[in-house]
Amino acid sequence: MGAGIIWLFMMIIGIFLGILNGNIVEVVQAGMDGAVQAVELCFGFIGIYSMWLGLMKIAQRSGLIEGISKKMGRFLSFLFPDVPKEHPAMGAMAMNMTANIFGLGNAATPFGVKAMEHLQELNREKDRATDAMCMFLVINGSSVQLIPATIIAMRGSAGSSNPSEIVGTTLIATICSTATGIISAKVLKRWM
Amino acid sequence: MDVIEVISKYLLPLFISTILIYGYTKGVDVYSTFIEGAEEGITTAIRIMPYLVTMFIAIGIFRTSGAMDIFVSALTPLANIVGIPSEILPLVVMRPISGMASLGIVAELFSIYGADSFIGRVASTAMGSSETILYTLSIYFGSIGIKNTRYTLIAAFIAEFAGFIAAVAVCKFVFA
Repeated sequence: MGAGIIWLFMMIIGIFLGILNGNIVEVVQAGMDGAVQAVELCFGFIGIYSMWLGLMKIAQRSGLIEGISKKMGRFLSFLFPDVPKEHPAMGAMAMNMTANIFGLGNAATPFGVKAMEHLQELNREKDRATDAMCMFLVINGSSVQLIPATIIAMRGSAGSSNPSEIVGTTLIATICSTATGIISAKVLKRWM
Repeated sequence: MDVIEVISKYLLPLFISTILIYGYTKGVDVYSTFIEGAEEGITTAIRIMPYLVTMFIAIGIFRTSGAMDIFVSALTPLANIVGIPSEILPLVVMRPISGMASLGIVAELFSIYGADSFIGRVASTAMGSSETILYTLSIYFGSIGIKNTRYTLIAAFIAEFAGFIAAVAVCKFVFA
C-alpha cells in the first residue's frame, strides 16, 4: 500500500461520490483550491525552511548537532541500525526529533527533509524507501510532543476550566502510538 | 497553565539564541553560514511543491465528496470493539489526511460536547498525540523522489489507531 495507491483511491472515490451525491462541482472546485493552497503553502515554506536550515548549518559547523546526536546515540542506533553512527543523517534526524519533542513543528520539517536527503545518500535503489526512511517517517507520524500547544490554546478558547489538563494523557497516548509504530515498522520490514 | 505558557513562549527564542551564541563562541562565521543554509532551504521548498500540490488536490476532492461518512460507518464496528466512541470516528478518519480539517472536527466536538467532556478530552488527547501522516509523507518522500514507500503507511496507520485506543483508555482512567 503505497502513497500512489492511496492518492488514486482518494481521487476516484471522491469524484465518484461527488457525481453520486450531486455535488461534483464543489468537489472539483475543492481539488483546484487544494492545488492553489499547496502552492501558497510552499511559498511560505521558502522563508521558514531558509530560516531553519540557516540555523541548522550553524549548529552543524559549531558541532552542536554532533553533540545532540551523540547524546541520543544508543536510541538512534537502535532505531536506525543501517545508518553509520557518524553519518550526517543521524545529526539531522536528532535535530528533527528534538524540534518535534519541543513542539517546534516548522523547524522539525526542514530538519526532517534534510535528514531524508542524507538517508538517500545511503540508498542503493533511489526510488525505493530504505528501512531507516520508513522508521523515520513512522516516528514523525506519531508526534512525540511534550506540550501540545495548539490543542491547549483551542481548549482555552472553547471555555475549558483547565485547558492543559490533557498534557499528561497526551504524553501517555503519544508514547503508546510511537512505541506501536516502532514495533510495527520493525516487524513489517521483514515482509515488505 | 502558567508554567506551560511561559515555556511555550520562551522555548523558540531560547533555541535560536543557543544555536547562534554557541556557533559564535566556536568560531563559526554565523552570518555567511546562515546564508549558505538559507539557500538550501529555498531549493528544498521549491522541490517539494509538485508533491504537495498533487496530494492537496486529492485531499480537497476526498474531503468535499462526503467519503468520510462512508469510512466512519465502515469503521464503526471495529471502533466499538476497541472502545473508541463513535463521536470520535470522524477524527480518526481525518487525522492522518488533513491537519486543518481535523482541527475543525475537534472545534466542532468542543462546541457540541464541551472541551471538558469525556469526548472533548479524548479528542484533545488523540489530536495532540498524532500527526498528519499523509502530509509528512508527501513532503519527506517527495523531497528525494521516493516512489515505493513500502510499509510506511501501514505502520503509521497502526500507530495512529493505537494512539486513539490509548487516548480513550487513558482518559477513562485519569478523568474517571
